Amino acid sequence: MDETRRPAAAARAFWTLAAAGAAVLALALGAAHYMELHGHVVTGMSNQVVWGLPHVFAIFLIVAASGALNVASIASVFGEADYKPLSPLSVLLTVALLAGGLLVLVLDLGRPERLVVAATHYNFRSIFAWNMILYNGLFAICALYLWALLERRLAPLAKPVGLAAFAWRVILTTGTGSIFGFLVARQAYASGVIAPLFIALSLAWGLAAFHLAQAFFARLAGEAMDAAMLVRVRRLLGIFVVAALYFVAVHHLTNLYWAKQAAFERFILVGGAPYPALFWIGFVGLGSLVPLALLFHPRFAGARATSVAAALVALGAFAFLYVFIIGGQVFPLEIFPGYEARSAFHDGRVGSYAPSLPEFLLGTGGLAAAFLVALVGARALPILPAAAPAIPAAAAK
Amino acid sequence: MAMAGFPRGSLRPALAAALLLGAVAAGAGALAAGPSLDPARAGPCVEDPKLMRRSHMDFLKHDRDDTVRRGIRPAKHSLAGCVDCHANAKDGRVLGSDGHFCQGCHSYAAVKLDCFDCHAATARPAQTASAVPGAAR
Amino acid sequence: MNPVDKRRREFLGGAAALAGAMIAPGVFLYDYAQAKAPGEPASGKVRWGMLVDTTKCESGCNDCVVACNTEHGLPEATRATDAQWIRKVELKDLRSGKAISAPVMCQHCAEPPCVDVCPTGASFKREDGIVLVDRHTCIGCRYCMMACPYNARSFVHEPTTGQKPDVPRGKGCVESCTLCVHKVDRGGTPSCVEACAAAGHEAILFGDLNDPQSEISRRIASVATTQLRADLRTDNGVRYRGL
Repeated sequence: MDETRRPAAAARAFWTLAAAGAAVLALALGAAHYMELHGHVVTGMSNQVVWGLPHVFAIFLIVAASGALNVASIASVFGEADYKPLSPLSVLLTVALLAGGLLVLVLDLGRPERLVVAATHYNFRSIFAWNMILYNGLFAICALYLWALLERRLAPLAKPVGLAAFAWRVILTTGTGSIFGFLVARQAYASGVIAPLFIALSLAWGLAAFHLAQAFFARLAGEAMDAAMLVRVRRLLGIFVVAALYFVAVHHLTNLYWAKQAAFERFILVGGAPYPALFWIGFVGLGSLVPLALLFHPRFAGARATSVAAALVALGAFAFLYVFIIGGQVFPLEIFPGYEARSAFHDGRVGSYAPSLPEFLLGTGGLAAAFLVALVGARALPILPAAAPAIPAAAAK
Repeated sequence: MAMAGFPRGSLRPALAAALLLGAVAAGAGALAAGPSLDPARAGPCVEDPKLMRRSHMDFLKHDRDDTVRRGIRPAKHSLAGCVDCHANAKDGRVLGSDGHFCQGCHSYAAVKLDCFDCHAATARPAQTASAVPGAAR
Repeated sequence: MNPVDKRRREFLGGAAALAGAMIAPGVFLYDYAQAKAPGEPASGKVRWGMLVDTTKCESGCNDCVVACNTEHGLPEATRATDAQWIRKVELKDLRSGKAISAPVMCQHCAEPPCVDVCPTGASFKREDGIVLVDRHTCIGCRYCMMACPYNARSFVHEPTTGQKPDVPRGKGCVESCTLCVHKVDRGGTPSCVEACAAAGHEAILFGDLNDPQSEISRRIASVATTQLRADLRTDNGVRYRGL
């Protein structure tokens, strides 16, 4: 490639991508304004399905944010020096994904303009209130972490701050899972296993997001990815996907053993279209088994197959969360065991949910916001290992 | 550059002074006139009107917590109480035009008024019936 | 509660008990629970509750729902996004086929999950057991709706009109049965209870669960009653007979 043209081409690519991201974000802000003006009646959400597609996007982003920190943690907590050059990208991605997720969550509130109330009134019995503290704390820790990674004089701080970030995000994802795990009355949730399940999911989704980001930036720079590192990332992602599958299986097996959960399990795993298809084909098949084949079969050892696997894991994440969040709500609460119930307010009846365009746009705005933060961050800061030394990829190897 | 900029620059203080004078004059004129509100019900307010003008929002906020959270009813400073007394004699409301009590003053002071997004802007029936037309300024 | 209020409450409570004892043992001039004077805060000595007698509730009768809508300025619910503070549930015993009809509303739990999960403390329980939403601090996150075991809460999905002076409500907040707190604080009775009595059913009884002499306490002491989802130990203020 003509070396003199590269900076100009890179700048053009940056501005094109930034404009595209900003356009998607602008659409999302417009959609949020529309929802705010007319109320949630313009969404598919109702008094039965109170959390919808925006929450699928938001929880994906927040859970993946925690997992995106994997690479930095492996370097600074577990002392694997090979991962160290990738640490800044890992931390930046955590900040980006978390920002995207929180943006969606906040803009979906019934009264988003009362964010200051949420910041000044805390009910410490609420895991939701704790999460707000945990999310903001992660921002602060990540900012310090990034600083320590990029500023040579702060290098000694990298390890302790890395350790703090690791502990913090494990607690944070425990909190995110517990938002559902603590819902004592809901058959779909109300389980302690949801916290470790969410941690396993975060490891897989976060590493998938990290790999996609790394591949994206490598492609932008026109460089190949480190082959040895690729092998390790593939193996790690595979292990995380298996771990997530394991916890999902434990959750469902527990439920299947309990007579009181039989009807719900039949609904979510067999009978209640479209949720069983999304679960089995979307999450288990395309989102877990196919990526596992791509990651562990020697025939698919390349960077491209790894990217496909990571993208499928992310896609499976959306299928999983759609079933988990929306499937869990459309199934009616069992208020009268032993009776068949019916009323004008959801009793004894499976609810329906059809997402509307504004809520979809709001969700994609979260992805766009995460993309923009990562893109701008990577351009403004010496985040990428390839950006520092001007050594061709082949020579670096 | 300096030459070209000079004449324009010299005009600026004069323009600013004129604008300032104009604004002060307009402001003074408006202040003298005050908001023209429909006369509210006769009788004393729960507090001195001067104090109310400045602090009604604080009284309301304090008593709203007493009422909502502690069940203290009736509150001395309740929004429904404001509406009962200050409702327009014709339509029984405090909103509708700049002549209506709440809207008129808030529009004059350019302060956003969102109480009535949720609260009724209409006087309670019993109170309207006993409303005495007359000024209470 | 600040200590002065607590002391004053204890003093008043003691004074009232003393006066009661002095007037005539066994004779109550008024139901003690109803004695909240205007301007007094709700008292923790009282626990407001209701007893729904399903043996008296008529299938197909909707008077309590209509009365609730009228009292609170709620439009008639036709869509899944419309608010319903009280609903009639028609039940069929899966084994015997026996049909039962009952109203369901906020159960005013002593251990309300909605209050536990609310991030801002907007969901709260009054001293006298009434569970409410403070709409001034509700941010509309709907977590309480996820947590409520009884589907008792609604989210205001649209801009509102025609609010009642005593019942402010607006878009973007969560709401539910207030036990007609604005009437109860003035010594009144919830509208659903009045409507049910007016229809001649008297299937809903309202009163102080803490006062052993109240009609509701005497009924609960004499007939078998249950709480919905008693397994959750939320200790509901609303009890049911015949379930």
